[in-house]
Amino acid sequence: MAGLELLSDQGYRLDGRKATELRKVQARMGVFSQADGSAYIEQGNTKALAVVYGPHEVRGSRSRTLHDRAVINCQYSMATFSTAERKRRPHGDRKSAEMSLHLKQTFEAAVMTQLYPRSQIDIYVKILQSDGGNYSVCVNAATLAVIDAGIPMRDYVCACTVGFVDETPLADLCYAEEGGGGSSLALALLPRGGQIALLQMDAMTACKGVSKVLDEVVRQHLQDVSVLTRE
Amino acid sequence: MKDTPLSNCERDFLLKAIEEKKRVDGRQTYDYRNIKITFGTDYGCCFVDLGKTRVMAQVSCELVTPKENRPNEGIMFFNIELSPMASPAFELGRQSELLVKLNRQLERCLRNSKCIDTESLCVVSGEKVWQIRVDVHMLNHDGNLMDAASVAAITALCHFRRPDVGIQGDEVTLYSVEERDPIPLSIYHMPICVSFAFFQQGTYLLVDPCEREERVMDGLLMIAMNKHREICSIQSSGGIMLLKEQVLRCSKIASVKVSEITELITKALENDKKARKEGGRCGFAESMPRERITALKMDETPVEMTDVMERANDIVQRGEAPVPSPVLPAPGMGQVGEGLQNTWGLEEEEEEDDDDEEEEEEEEEEKVTMMEEEPRGKEEINPFSSFSPCLRMYFLKLF
Repeated sequence: MAGLELLSDQGYRLDGRKATELRKVQARMGVFSQADGSAYIEQGNTKALAVVYGPHEVRGSRSRTLHDRAVINCQYSMATFSTAERKRRPHGDRKSAEMSLHLKQTFEAAVMTQLYPRSQIDIYVKILQSDGGNYSVCVNAATLAVIDAGIPMRDYVCACTVGFVDETPLADLCYAEEGGGGSSLALALLPRGGQIALLQMDAMTACKGVSKVLDEVVRQHLQDVSVLTRE
Repeated sequence: MKDTPLSNCERDFLLKAIEEKKRVDGRQTYDYRNIKITFGTDYGCCFVDLGKTRVMAQVSCELVTPKENRPNEGIMFFNIELSPMASPAFELGRQSELLVKLNRQLERCLRNSKCIDTESLCVVSGEKVWQIRVDVHMLNHDGNLMDAASVAAITALCHFRRPDVGIQGDEVTLYSVEERDPIPLSIYHMPICVSFAFFQQGTYLLVDPCEREERVMDGLLMIAMNKHREICSIQSSGGIMLLKEQVLRCSKIASVKVSEITELITKALENDKKARKEGGRCGFAESMPRERITALKMDETPVEMTDVMERANDIVQRGEAPVPSPVLPAPGMGQVGEGLQNTWGLEEEEEEDDDDEEEEEEEEEEKVTMMEEEPRGKEEINPFSSFSPCLRMYFLKLF
C-alpha cells in the first residue's frame, strides 16, 4: 500500500485525526428487553452489539459446572454484511473461535465469578459493521452489557487497538490502518489498577518499541474511553 | 477421555516449590529444557524434542490458483494436530480450545510476521502460485507445545526445498527432483515463540513450563521474536492481570532465549546439510540412538547437588541419638539397634483368635517399617522364636 499515507507530514491520519486521537464513541445501554443486559456501541464506523444472559443455571453439559464460581460463555460473531465482501462463514471459523476465547478470558478475570457458583453467564457479541478495532469494540460493548445486566465486576474493562507508523503510535486504528503495514496491538485494561487483562500484538513488519506504545498512548487513552463509558 | 485431575497435594507442592524458586526437574526459573532437532530423509521434515515434548513438522507444496485479492502472492497454510498419541486428554476430531489457540498463535507468529517471501512463490500471476502447507503433529505432550511447534515449523520451512519451475513464454514446466535441484524457500527471519507461565496472580514466572507446571499455572504469556530483537507477536492468555514491567521484563528474557535457540537451529541445519553432502545416511531412523541395554547407566538429572552433602552432614550431626553400628548375632545375620519396648500392650492370649499368618504379617510389617523396633519383650519372643530367624533373614534380604 505504497500510495496510502497513514500519517501525513502535518500529523494527520487518513480520516483527519491526529496520531493520538480516538474516534467518536457513541454508546447505548438497555437496547433489548428480552436479555438481562445489552449494549450497543459505535466507535467511528465500527458498530457492535453485545448481549448478556445470566447468571443462570448451566445449560448443556452439566459437567462444565464449577463448584466455586460461574462459568462464562462467550460467542463472538460478525454479521455477513459487516465487511466489504460478504462473509460466507459468520461464526465457527478459527478467528471467531479465537476471539471468543479471548473475550472469555478477559471477562473471567474481570467479573466477580465467585459470587455465583454453579451458574453460567453468557455473553454474545455481534459486529454489525467492521472498520478496524473489532476486538476492542467488542470488549467495550461487552463491559457495558455486563454492567447493564447488573453483574458485579472488579473494574471497567476498556480496550483499544494501537498501531505504529514510523515510531509514532497511532491510537484506535481503522481498517485501512490495520491492514496497511505497520503493527497493531490490542490491549484490554482495567484502568484503575493499570492491570492488563489481555495483550495481543501482531506485527506485519516487526516492531521494536513495545514500551513506548504501552506508556504513551494506551494508558492515556484508555482513561479517556473509561470516562466515556461512564457517561 | 478426560484428563485425570491434579490432586491437591501435588498442586500445593508445585506451588510451594515455585515460591521457593525451585522447579521439579531441577531447572532454574529462566532455563529451557534440552532442545534436540533431527531431520527426516525428505526435505522439509523435522522432529523437535523439547525435553520430553516431541513435535513433528512436515512441509509440502502444491501449485494452486491464488486468492482473488492477492493474485501474485503464494499461499501459506498452517495446521496443528493434537493426536491422542500425545496425551490421553486429546480426543480425535474435536476442536478443543487448545487447538484453536495453538493454531491461531502459529498463524500469527509465522504468517503475519511475513517471515517468508510469498511473492517469490508466484509462478504465473493470477493463475498459478505455490501453496506451502505446514503440518505440525504433536507426538508427546510434556508441556509447552507452542514453543516446540514454532521451532519445528520454522526449522522445517528452512529445511524445505521446493521443485524448480521453468517458464518459457506461456509454457510452464515443472521440473522433478531428478531433473533439477530443488530450491529452498526465501526466508527473511526466523520468528520463535517463547512461553512464560505465571503463578500466584503474576508474582512468579517460569520459562518453558512442563506439563505439571502448566496445570497449576494461572496464565500464559507467549512472545514471538526473532534474533534481530524484533517482536513478531505477543499474546497473553488465561485471564491473568499483567503489569507493564512484567511484559517488558519478559520481552528482554525472550530476546536472550530466542538468540540461543536460533543459533541451535542454524547449527542443526548446517550439520544436516553437511551430512547430506557427504552422502551419509540421514533421516529419522538414523537419528534414533541405538539403545542397547546399559543397565547401570542413566543420564544424570541436572539437580543442584553441591550443598546436599553439607546439609546432610549437618542434619546427621544435629540428630539426637547416634545411630548404633550393626551387630552380628549370628553368621549371615545383622541387627541394628536394640529397639524400644513394645508399647502396644498386646496380650499373648490373643494368638488363639488370630491366624498365624496375620500375626506373622504384623510382626513383619513392624520389622519392616521401624528398623529399630525391639523384637518384643521376652514373653513374646518364645512363641515366635521358631519364626524369628526366618523373619530376620527375610528382613535382611529386603536390604
